[in-house]
Amino acid sequence: MSTKETNVNVGGAGAKSEPIPFMQRLLDSPLLLLFLGVAIPTLLYTLWGVMEVVAIPLAK
Amino acid sequence: MTAETAVGVARQFTSRTCQFTGLRVDVAAQNLIKANAVAAVVFLAIGGLMGLLVALTRWPAVHLLPAEWFYLVLTGHGANVLLFWIIFFEMAVLIFASTILLNARMVMPKLAWFAFILMVVGAVLGNVAVLQGESSVMFTSYPPMMAKPHFYLALILFAVGALIVVGQFFANLIVAKEEGAFQGSMPLVTFGALTAAIIAVWTILSGAAILIPTLMWSMGWLSDVDPLVYKVVWWGMGHASQQINVSAHVSLWYLVGALLLGAKPLSEKVSRTAFFLYILFLQLASAHHLLAEPGLSASWKIVNTSYMMYLAVLGSMIHGLTVPGSWEAAQRRNGYDKGMFEWLRKAPWGNPAFSGTFLSLVMFGFIGGISGVVLGTEQLNVLMHNTLYVPGHFHGTVVTGTTLAFMAATYLVLPLIFQREIIWPKLAKIQPYLFGIGAAGISLFMMGAGTLGVARRHWDITFSDAELNFAHSAGAFLMMGLNGVFAVIAALGGIIYVLVVVGTVLWGKKITSGHKLTFPLHAGGAAAASQYGSHATVKLPGTIVLIAIFFVSFVLYYFINWKYLSELWLFR
Repeated sequence: MSTKETNVNVGGAGAKSEPIPFMQRLLDSPLLLLFLGVAIPTLLYTLWGVMEVVAIPLAK
Repeated sequence: MTAETAVGVARQFTSRTCQFTGLRVDVAAQNLIKANAVAAVVFLAIGGLMGLLVALTRWPAVHLLPAEWFYLVLTGHGANVLLFWIIFFEMAVLIFASTILLNARMVMPKLAWFAFILMVVGAVLGNVAVLQGESSVMFTSYPPMMAKPHFYLALILFAVGALIVVGQFFANLIVAKEEGAFQGSMPLVTFGALTAAIIAVWTILSGAAILIPTLMWSMGWLSDVDPLVYKVVWWGMGHASQQINVSAHVSLWYLVGALLLGAKPLSEKVSRTAFFLYILFLQLASAHHLLAEPGLSASWKIVNTSYMMYLAVLGSMIHGLTVPGSWEAAQRRNGYDKGMFEWLRKAPWGNPAFSGTFLSLVMFGFIGGISGVVLGTEQLNVLMHNTLYVPGHFHGTVVTGTTLAFMAATYLVLPLIFQREIIWPKLAKIQPYLFGIGAAGISLFMMGAGTLGVARRHWDITFSDAELNFAHSAGAFLMMGLNGVFAVIAALGGIIYVLVVVGTVLWGKKITSGHKLTFPLHAGGAAAASQYGSHATVKLPGTIVLIAIFFVSFVLYYFINWKYLSELWLFR
């Protein structure tokens, strides 16, 4: 994800190097995608959902 | 295809060069793919047989099994086909996409064999637990129903094995990049497999988070497991495991199009963005199983389904355009450019890999996809929550979508990985049609019965042993009968598939140098599949018409259900 990276697969070896767009760098980072793909559903679905269940008052 | 020792940048590995694709095949990866594919087919055969028994019991005129056996085989059917068949096959897909497709090596193959053994032990132990008859808790295994400890242990062992392989997928990718197997961005099929792997990690972690305490509860170490917490966390595994399938079979749609037609993605960026939407949002659709739970707020339900899930649906609709669009673009480039649909008429319909993939695409979209959006809408969900509509929906996704796509891909795996020519090619040609028609009928008639109020998982819709009588409509009985008929058709398709696969692996003609395949590949197929790049065209008149038909069907069905809802809740 270094900003110094350049695109090597567009235009072939002879093409002029150009900065890799942010989205392409993001999509080329398996571990960052893994983090997003685990963190988002864990927060929005699991933690939020379990907190709602835990907050249900106990019957008296 | 002689074995050779190829020299990578950093490591040596034993490989062969495929004469049909030119890809370098790591022999270690090839053997692991074979083992996982064989295990997958074995558990499909067991689970499919159990599914036929379920359908024949729910067919009122047949009503085959007594209640105890019905719930036993229903549990076994769910575990074998929803978990074991599909995840074994997905392990094969992950290994293929991270090694062979990248001309790269398998990292730590011995660890992958250990994981495979763990998965086999888990799957066998799970079947033993179910067949012993004291773990008929069905696929969801909701507390306070309690199975024997080895039922939960089996699922945990299986999941640990799968998690190890998923970890190796990431290791393969990183090592392939480090060793220069590919430069720049990975090809789209591998990116789709990456999406499946990411969802698999969350799925397995969710499973571990709830199955480990449930195992402890069944062993008497915990006093109880809260049923609603269980439901929330368990569906993180139960539904998200089916999202692994979606990502994997969409990847296979792209792969088969590439290998058979030479199809390149219309736009790598657009298709990768669609997969990115899956990574971020697809797992959240798990919430649609909990839309009728009073303990969860409307905010949680609506954010997870109606907002976030729709972003994942957007991803699916993008694939729904770009997959057939890439096929049309390729066919037009191949010379089938007349009129609107020559590209489709002249497609290789006699090749089961193509016909199965095409049917998977169409039926996944029209049956599984549209019904999934309806089920995921909180208001509409009350129309069919926990009715037979739900299994109808997921047979539309997992059977007509995933299973059919995996079956289609098998017709490529057999000659290219097992290096055996497909025996009985005429049977193989009709197999996807037979299975597809059967599976589509199952899905549609279960959804019809569910719309008429037939409950899911119920042994007897006549309520013959109930204190209070209740009679379903004649239409509901008709739907259940038709479901049984189409289950028999699907079972025939499934039996042919298993026979062709087993027969080919054991007795198929060995493929040697210069062999001509019965079902040939496109000359530029491997390059289209294994290299990053786009076709970059928007001249897709046929696809646009097909997509328009899809949208009209989608909108009509969606609003018909709102009409039903308005009749359920009368405001006067």
